Amino acid sequence: MVAALFAAQETHAVAEGTANAVTNAAWLIPAIPAVTLVLIWLFGKRLPRGGSEIGIVGMLGAVVLSAVVLADFIGGGGPTVEKAVEWFPFGRGLALELGMRIDGLTAVMFVVVTVVSLMVQIYSTGYMHGDSRFTWFFTALNLFTFSMLLLVISNNLLQLLIGWELVGVCSYLLIGFWWEEKENSNAAIKAFVTTKTGDIPFVIGIFVLFAAAGTFNIGEILSLTEEGAIGTITLTAGAILLFGGAVGKSAQFPLHVWLPDAMAGPTPVSALIHAATMVTAGVFLVARMFPVFEHSEAAMNVVAIIGAITMLMAALLALVQDDIKKVLAYSTVSQLAYMIAALGVGAGNAAVFHLFAHAWFKALLFLGAGSVIHAVHANNMSEMGGLRKKMPTTYWTFLLGSLALAGIPPLAGFWSKDEIVAEAYHFGTHAEEAVGAPVVALIVFGVALMSAFLTALYMSRAVHLTFEGTYRGNGHPHESPRNMTTPLIILAVLAVIGGFVGLPGVQSGFGAWTAVGGHTHVPSANLLVMVISIAIAVGGIALGRKLYLPAPATDPVERLGWFHTLLVNKYYLDDFYYKGIVYPIRDSISKAMYWVNQNVLDGAVNGSAAAARARARGLYNVVDQKVIDGAVNGAGMTARGSGGLLKYVQSGNVQRYAAIMFVGIALFAFLFTRF
Amino acid sequence: MSWVEFAIFAFGALTALAAIAVVLSRNVIHAALFLVITLGGVGVIFLLVGAEFIGWVQFLVYVGAIVVLLLFGLMLTRAPIGRDATDNQQRLIAFGAAGVTFAVLTWLIWRTFGGEEIALEQPTRTADIGEALFTNFILPFELVSVLLLAALVGAIVLARRDEGRQK
Amino acid sequence: MSLPWLLTLGAFLFSIGVYGVLARRNAVLVLMSIELMLNSVNINFVAFDAWFGASESVGQIFALFVITVAAAEVGVGLAIVLLIFRNRKTINVDEVDLLKW
Repeated sequence: MVAALFAAQETHAVAEGTANAVTNAAWLIPAIPAVTLVLIWLFGKRLPRGGSEIGIVGMLGAVVLSAVVLADFIGGGGPTVEKAVEWFPFGRGLALELGMRIDGLTAVMFVVVTVVSLMVQIYSTGYMHGDSRFTWFFTALNLFTFSMLLLVISNNLLQLLIGWELVGVCSYLLIGFWWEEKENSNAAIKAFVTTKTGDIPFVIGIFVLFAAAGTFNIGEILSLTEEGAIGTITLTAGAILLFGGAVGKSAQFPLHVWLPDAMAGPTPVSALIHAATMVTAGVFLVARMFPVFEHSEAAMNVVAIIGAITMLMAALLALVQDDIKKVLAYSTVSQLAYMIAALGVGAGNAAVFHLFAHAWFKALLFLGAGSVIHAVHANNMSEMGGLRKKMPTTYWTFLLGSLALAGIPPLAGFWSKDEIVAEAYHFGTHAEEAVGAPVVALIVFGVALMSAFLTALYMSRAVHLTFEGTYRGNGHPHESPRNMTTPLIILAVLAVIGGFVGLPGVQSGFGAWTAVGGHTHVPSANLLVMVISIAIAVGGIALGRKLYLPAPATDPVERLGWFHTLLVNKYYLDDFYYKGIVYPIRDSISKAMYWVNQNVLDGAVNGSAAAARARARGLYNVVDQKVIDGAVNGAGMTARGSGGLLKYVQSGNVQRYAAIMFVGIALFAFLFTRF
Repeated sequence: MSWVEFAIFAFGALTALAAIAVVLSRNVIHAALFLVITLGGVGVIFLLVGAEFIGWVQFLVYVGAIVVLLLFGLMLTRAPIGRDATDNQQRLIAFGAAGVTFAVLTWLIWRTFGGEEIALEQPTRTADIGEALFTNFILPFELVSVLLLAALVGAIVLARRDEGRQK
Repeated sequence: MSLPWLLTLGAFLFSIGVYGVLARRNAVLVLMSIELMLNSVNINFVAFDAWFGASESVGQIFALFVITVAAAEVGVGLAIVLLIFRNRKTINVDEVDLLKW
């Protein structure tokens, strides 16, 4: 199979333009973590650094390869390379393919996943130092990276689904890494079950598209969609069902509830999986299948509305959190909603650009939070404060990340967020270019601006509560070691310069690279929108500084009263899920099912066994004992009885015998005379 | 009818009646004596028919030896006298069997040989019988001799007292 | 002389002999009845022989053999009767039923 992949076995249409050698062999990129995870698992414990050496070196190689692949797509107009081997034939001409589809989107995702994974692995050598399951941690990290790359590289929906499910499993394993605490394993289960709930419509959607297109291959589905060979209703259904998976995986409303709880896992895990990679899989899916969405106005509207709702809702929730990781978690949900909303209004390239930029600064923020947590041994911001002087590197990198997130130019977050907002405004005001309803785009525009304000506000709150003022905790915080601060610095640099690849109006920029849905146009700058965005961001930061600079005794947010309570209880959504769904199933339905199983099913089985036994017993008693034995015994008894009767013939009286003989002879003689 | 035929009829009737008496008599000695008459009557018929040799052999052997033997037997076994001693319970069946036998035989005889005549001319010469006996029938003759010997030996063996073993 | 009447006599004697064999209780009386039957056979032989009129007189020779065999048979029979009388003190044929069930 490996040789076949090398031997350029192309089962689908190939390149427009020439790809370099690495791009043609881009399947090596997922192969590297696949190999390293096995090596770490087998040999990690014996190595001096617990296997992390293998992981880091391997991931470094993957980063280099990803950069070479990306080189093919820089400047736009890159080829789409597709290769596949038939892996598992289903019969009737169908087969599970193992294939790769390399285009600009794939290349960008490669870079994001491998770089963040590398940064996290370097960071983990410091953060997880001394943990008893250090080697397993690295094995799981590499397993996750492999799964994510497998998902991204897929050329067909089934392989994508395999990668999708695998990242879900890795998420479960890594969230519950410290499973000795019950709440950690609960969080892992909650994450798994919630994303699985989203996977149900996802799988149905895959099969809807399969039924319509006759194939699982993404390229063919997309080209059939472009040709109009699939009906709009089918496309709407398929798109919305696929989006269900994205809602689960990317933690959008109403399946966002798992992401805050997932913060129970180690912080490097939060940085890798729940900021930059796994949660972006939903965005990636929609971007990959963008033509399917674009051809259905209803689906686009659904996507946009969900994005808008989540965006605002999560930002509000981030405002009332005390745990620094939970702030970042809700922030992630909100930023993912930006990407989803961008996709919903038709700005696919903007969404992926924001994914790209967000990966850098969110990973940076998480790792920075981890550094703080590692130093003060607490998650809650109420126990922090005044760390600015004690942890300068962490402080400056964290600050840069926050500014990027808030959208201050010229940092990466500004360019990407601004593109989304501008596009939403553009589609809202130019109805003829909008794919979804223009009013939806305008709603997205408005909500995005509100969320931007809130984003700036809660990040400003977080920064001030954590680093400014005086230290409120009980520990002795100090700066983290170099293996933890180095990734922070690298990511900070990326957060600063990362946005320059997608400057508005530059047609050879990021949008041309990714070409989501085939669109390569990079929108030009809308100065008005830019100014409004900057003003909102600055305003949010200023308000945060005013409210939280000397850390107040009571959080001003609490002055919102009932609204504050609503937010603290997460809109009672978790309560609804637990009391409305989980407990009834666990307490009533499960018990009822158990009763059915024990009494009805087992009863049926036992009953049929008992019936068979009774039948056998009856058969034995009646048929065997009475009938058959009766026949046999009866034969014997008949013989004896008839013998008993016949014996009287033997009278012993010879004359009697003679008499009978004579009578017989006479009769015979008579008969002979007759005949 | 010539007087020979008449004699045959008369002696035949006598023989028949005596035979009936043999089987119906309640006194065993009387039965034996009636048997003498029967056998004698049969012998006379032989003579009248012309089988002289056989007739005289009949008298010699049957009447002379066999009846005596039977009488000896009766005496040695102290045969009791009386109805219950001489006749058994199945007289009716016996009568039926005899009757059926007689009926069938008679019907056969009259059907087959009704109207045949015997020519009573010359009696058979004994010399002829002797000649046939010792030429054509020598083998049966010898066999019968052996049979007699065997019967003689057997009767002695059966009837003697086992004095050697009993004591 | 008409043949059938002689033969009828023979048949009659035979039937009477049959009656005697079946109806008599004393073994010696049974032997007597057997003699009757044998005599009836002799009558038949002689009658047929006379009717045939052959030079060899086969019938008579056979009648001779019958007489001889009858004699032998009576001898042996009486020997057996005597044995039974010695063992059972009776020659009642009814009481010799050891082969009874």
